[in-house]
Amino acid sequence: MALLKQERINPSPVVADEVKNTTCYMCACRCGIRVYLRNGQVRYIEGNPDHPVNRGVLCGKGSSGIMQHLSPARLSNPLKRVGPRGSGEFEEISWEEALDLATKWLGDCRKTDPRRLAFFTGRDQSQSVTALWATKFGTPNHAAHGGFCSVNMAAAGLYTIGGSFWEFGEPDWERTRYFMMFGVAEDHDSNPIKTGLGHLKGRENTKFVSINPVRTGYSAIADEWVGIRPGTDGLFVMALIHELFKAQKIDLDFLVRYTNAPWLVRVEPGHPENGLFLRDADGNPLAWDREAGAPVNALLPDITPELAGLVETPEGVKARPAFEIMANRYLEPRYSADEVAETTGVPAATIRRIAAELAHAAFEQEIELDVEWTDWAGRKHDKMIGRPVSMHAMRGISAHSNGFHTCRAIHLLQMLLGSVDCPGGFRYKPPFPRPCPPGPKPTGKPDQVKPDTPMPGPPLGFTLGPEDLLVDEDGAPCRIDKGFSWEHPLSAHGLMHMAIPNAWAADPYPVDTLFMYMANMAWNSSMNTKGTMEMLTDIDEDTGEYRIPHIIYSDAYASEMTSYSDLVLPDTTYLERWDCISLLDRPISSAHGPADSIRQPVVKPDRNVRPFQDVLIDLGARLGLPGFVKDDGSPLYPGGYADYIVNHERMPGIGPLAGWRGEDGETFGRGAPNPKQLEKYIENGSFWHYQLPDSQQYYKHANRDYLEFAVHMGFIPKAEQIVMQVYSEPMQKFRLAAEGHGEHQPPEHLRERVRTYFDPLPIWYTPIEETQVEHKEYPIHAITQRPMAMYHSWGSQNAWLRQIHGFNRLCMHRDLAAEVGVSDDDWVYVESHNGRIKCQVKTMTGCERNTVWTWNAIGKRRGAWNLDPDAAEGEKGFLLNHLISELLPQGSGGRRMSNSDPVTGQAAWFDLRVKITRAEAGDGRSEPQFEPLKPVPGIVSKPKDLRFGEQFLPEGSWRRKNS
Amino acid sequence: MTMLPKTTKKKLGLVTDLDICVGCHACAVNCKEWNTGGHSAPLTDLNAYGKDPNGVWFNRVHVYETDDGENTRTVNFPRSCLHCETPDCVTVCPTGASYKREEDGIVLVDAEKCIGCKLCSWACPYGAREYDEDDGIMKKCTLCIDRIYNENIPEAEREPACVITCPARARHFGDLGDPESDISKLVEKRGGFALMPETGYQPVNRYLPPRPRKVDVGDTGAPAQLEPAEEAKSSSAFFNWLDKALSR
Repeated sequence: MALLKQERINPSPVVADEVKNTTCYMCACRCGIRVYLRNGQVRYIEGNPDHPVNRGVLCGKGSSGIMQHLSPARLSNPLKRVGPRGSGEFEEISWEEALDLATKWLGDCRKTDPRRLAFFTGRDQSQSVTALWATKFGTPNHAAHGGFCSVNMAAAGLYTIGGSFWEFGEPDWERTRYFMMFGVAEDHDSNPIKTGLGHLKGRENTKFVSINPVRTGYSAIADEWVGIRPGTDGLFVMALIHELFKAQKIDLDFLVRYTNAPWLVRVEPGHPENGLFLRDADGNPLAWDREAGAPVNALLPDITPELAGLVETPEGVKARPAFEIMANRYLEPRYSADEVAETTGVPAATIRRIAAELAHAAFEQEIELDVEWTDWAGRKHDKMIGRPVSMHAMRGISAHSNGFHTCRAIHLLQMLLGSVDCPGGFRYKPPFPRPCPPGPKPTGKPDQVKPDTPMPGPPLGFTLGPEDLLVDEDGAPCRIDKGFSWEHPLSAHGLMHMAIPNAWAADPYPVDTLFMYMANMAWNSSMNTKGTMEMLTDIDEDTGEYRIPHIIYSDAYASEMTSYSDLVLPDTTYLERWDCISLLDRPISSAHGPADSIRQPVVKPDRNVRPFQDVLIDLGARLGLPGFVKDDGSPLYPGGYADYIVNHERMPGIGPLAGWRGEDGETFGRGAPNPKQLEKYIENGSFWHYQLPDSQQYYKHANRDYLEFAVHMGFIPKAEQIVMQVYSEPMQKFRLAAEGHGEHQPPEHLRERVRTYFDPLPIWYTPIEETQVEHKEYPIHAITQRPMAMYHSWGSQNAWLRQIHGFNRLCMHRDLAAEVGVSDDDWVYVESHNGRIKCQVKTMTGCERNTVWTWNAIGKRRGAWNLDPDAAEGEKGFLLNHLISELLPQGSGGRRMSNSDPVTGQAAWFDLRVKITRAEAGDGRSEPQFEPLKPVPGIVSKPKDLRFGEQFLPEGSWRRKNS
Repeated sequence: MTMLPKTTKKKLGLVTDLDICVGCHACAVNCKEWNTGGHSAPLTDLNAYGKDPNGVWFNRVHVYETDDGENTRTVNFPRSCLHCETPDCVTVCPTGASYKREEDGIVLVDAEKCIGCKLCSWACPYGAREYDEDDGIMKKCTLCIDRIYNENIPEAEREPACVITCPARARHFGDLGDPESDISKLVEKRGGFALMPETGYQPVNRYLPPRPRKVDVGDTGAPAQLEPAEEAKSSSAFFNWLDKALSR
C-alpha cells in the first residue's frame, strides 16, 4: 500500500508574458481572440469575452489556431516554377525578382488589354481592397469566391429584403419562439449559431426545426428534423405559403407598410411593360387608394392601398396589386401539401402541422415591447410589435441551381408572417438593410475597359435590367467567367468556378495571366478537379505555351494549387499580419449594432514571407495604378496594408475602419483618418462596436432614427424607407427582354432559359442537372456537409484537426446500403455523368433514403500540404468534386451551360446525381489517385512526433525533451 | 495499491448538457490546446503529419446514432474523466501516482511517480485515461488544475478550458458535492444522470439528458393544421378577406 506524500502543485503558474487581442481566421466567422504569448511563442488562444461575435467562446477550429500557425505546410520563400506545371519543381527566388516578374506579366496585360488579367481571390477577407485594385488595374475579370459559395443567398436577400442571412442578418436569438434552419450543417455564423441554439433550446415555449437531408450537428439537437430531399426546399416553403394563404394567416398590415405587395403591376400581356410597376411621372410606384378611388404614389404614408382587384388608370392602363398576383400563384393546388409531399419527401401532415405552428407562433404569441420609436414618415409609436418566428438558411439552399428562387421563397415566407426585423424575428445587421433592389451596377462593358486605364467603377455589382449586363453588341459575355451575361444576369459575386475552364477554352476570349489568392483551385475548390488539373497543364499546340500562359498564386501553405503555379508569393499566417474586417467589405456586425475589427501581428514571421495585401499594394504602386501612387508616382501607401487601412478613404471621411475616426479619434463612422487609429483598436481589444439605442433596434428598414444614423455612417445614401420586394421588377425586366421586348434581348439560344427562370415571384423547378440525367441511371443525390471541426480550416492540414477528421467516408441510409449490398467500411464506386470515384461506406439512419453525403474537403492529394505520402487524407480521403462537372450534361443550342444557378451563376454543387455499386477493397485506396506531389523547396521541416507545449514546462523538467 | 481519501471537501466536476451539444469538438480541442502547454505538458501527438496520427486528448467527442427500432437520433457525446468518488483507477495504482485529492476530489496523476504500467487505464471503464507513449506515463483530465485556482487569470475565467470555450454553453463546472451550488441545482432541475452508475465508482460528473422534443401535434400549442378560411373556399369571396382599410 503506497502512502506517499502528495505531489505539490503550483496552482498559479504564469501562463503568459503578454496577451494580445486579434481576430481569428480559422473560418469566416471572425471571432475575437486573445493570444497568450510566453517567451515570444504562442502558448494559448481563447475567445475574447468582450467581443460582439463570440462573447468569449471559441470553436474547435479557432482552438487549433496554434497548429495552423505552426503548420509544416508553410511556405518560406517566393518560388518560381522551373519544371513542367504540376511537377512541383520550383526554385526559390528573392522578393525583388518575384515582384519584378509579376509586375512584368501584369504590366504587359494592362498596357495591351487589361482583360488579359483574371484576378480571383478565394476565402480572403479583404475584398474591398482587392476589388479596388482590380478596378484601378482596369480588368472586369475579378471576383472572390462568393460565386461558388453563397451568392444565391446574398443576391436573393439583397434583391428581396435589402439584407440577407449570416453577415447581413441573424435570428433574434433572445426572443424568437419558432426557429427554422434550412440546409445548414456548419456554416456561418459558426459560433453565434451554436450560442444562439444553446440559448434558444433552454426556453420552455420555443421550438427549433431543422430542414436538412442529413441529421448531424445542429440537426441532431433540433426539436424536429425534416429530412427533406435535396433541392426541394423551395417547394416545401411554397407549400407552407399555400397553407398560410388558404387560412388567411398573413400579416397584411406588415405587407402594406413595409413591402411592395400593394404596388400596381401592369396586366397587359404582350405589352412591353407588362408585369412592370405602374409609376408616376417622377418614377414613384403607384398603388390604388381605396379612399381616393385613384392611383396614388405608393411610397406615401397614410394611404389606404387596395391589395386586390383589377383597376384601370385614367390613362386606361390595367393593373393589379402585386399581392393579388402572389396570392393567386401560391393558392394554386400544385402547391398544396398533398401535391408536394412526394417530391419533397415530407409528409403532407407534417407540412400542414408546421404551417399551423408557424402561424401560431407568429400570430398567437405576438410580442410587445414597450419601446418608443419613430417610423420613416415621422410617426411615433409607443410599442414594438414582434412576430417571434425566425429563419436561417445557407449552403443547402445556396448550392442548388434553384437556390436563388428558393432563398427568395424563404424571405417571402418571412414577410408574409411579418417577421422581418421585428422582435423575435429575423434581424438585419448594420450596414444592412440597404436599398432594395440593390446597387451599384457592375462595370466592365466594352467601352469601360481600356489599356492602361482604370474602369469607372467596381467589377461586381447588381444588375437591375438588361441594359446593365456586361455583354457586347452581340450579347456575348464581357467577363471571362461570363458573369452578368445572359447566362447568369444577376451574378453579383462572379463565377470563380468558371474562371479556369473558360480561360482554358478561350471562351469568350483567352487570358494571359491568372492571379489567384487563397483558393485551392487544383483540388477542393474546383468542380471537375481532374479536368481542372488538365486545363492548368494543357499546352496550346499552335504556340507551344500553356493555354493559360501565366499563373501567379499567393497562399501561406503548400496546397495542391501551389504546384500548378508559375510564381508563388508566400503569405503569412493569420497571427503575423495586419488585416481589417471592414464595414466596406464583409461586416461582423450584430443586429444590436455595427462592428468592425482588425488583425494585428502578434508574432513576427520566421520565414521570408509577406502578407498578401502588402504585396498587392506594392504591386499596385509598381504598376503605377491610380489610387496606389501619389501624383509623383511614388507609393501612396508605403506602410503597406496597415497604412491603407488607416489612410484610405472610400468617400470623404469613410474608410476601412469605422472606429476612432477624426484626427484625434473623437468620432466614429465618418471622420478624417486618425494616425493613431490602429493603436485605439488594439487598446479596445482589436474591435469596435456600437450598440444602437433601444429605439433603433428593430424595424431598421423603416425606422427614421436608424435610417438617419445609417446615412451618417455612409451605409445608405438617403434616409428613406427600404421597401421589401415581394414582387421583383428587375426579374420581370429580364423576362420581358426574353419575350422580345426592348433594345437588349438575349441571344436566341438563351431566350427560353431567361424567360423560364426570370419569374418576378419565387418559383420552384427541379435542379437542372436532375432534369438532364436519366433518373434510372443515376437515382441517388450526393451532397457534402461541412465538418464543424474543420470547415474553412482545412487549409493547413492541422495536426490536431486531422486527428478528428483524417479521412472521410460516404455516408448513406442503411436501407440504401442494404440495397447496394454493402455495410460499414465496405467499398463502393460512385459514378456520375462526369466520372467515377471509389470510397468507403458508413451507414446511418439520419439521412434521407436516397441521398448520400460526405464531409467536404477532407481528402487531399498525396504529397500535398507536407503530409506524408501515406497519410489517410490521400490514401482514403476523397472528393466528390471529381463527380461534379462545371458544365451541365447537355447542351442548349450546341453549347453546354455552366452547372450553376441560371439567375446568379452560383455553383450548383448539390445538384449532383449518382449511382452506387459495390466495389472490391483492392489496394485499400480511394480513387482516383494521382502522382504524389513533390515537396516544394523551402518548406519547413516537420517533426515525426509533436511535443508542442513541453517548452512551457518549468526549466529542468524531464519532459522538456526537445527544448 | 493507493488509498482514496475517505471523503473530499468538495466534489469538483463537469456537467455536460446533451440537449444542446452540437458535437463541434471545441471542448476537445481547446482542452488539448490549454493542457498541452500546462500541468501535464505536452499532450504528445505521435506521427502528427503521417499515417494514423495518434495524440493524447483529455476530452473526446463521440457521435453516434441511437436506434430503438422506430425512432433513431443522433447523439453528440463528449467524454472525459468523471472524477469518480471511489474509482479503481486510483486504488490499482502500485506507486501512488494516481490519486484523488482530498481538498476538491480531482483525480490526478503524479508524473514523477507514474511508471506507465497502465493498470489504471485497464481499471477505468470510461476510457478516460490517456497514455503518453513518448513520455511513458499516464495522463488525464486535470479539470484544468492550473486554471481553476490560478491567480494570474481573471476570476471569472477560472474554469476548465472546455467550459469557457463551449460555443453552445453546454458545459458547466462547479462543486457537485454542495447541493446549494448552481451546478447541483442545474443537475436537480434537469434530471442530470451519472454515466454507468452500475460500475459502482460513483462518478462525480453528470450529463443532462435531452429535453423532450416538441415534435408532435400540440407540443407548441398549435393545432394539427390550419383551417381554410371561409372566404378561401370560393375565389370570388377572396376579396372579402381584403375588404378592409389597411393604412400605410
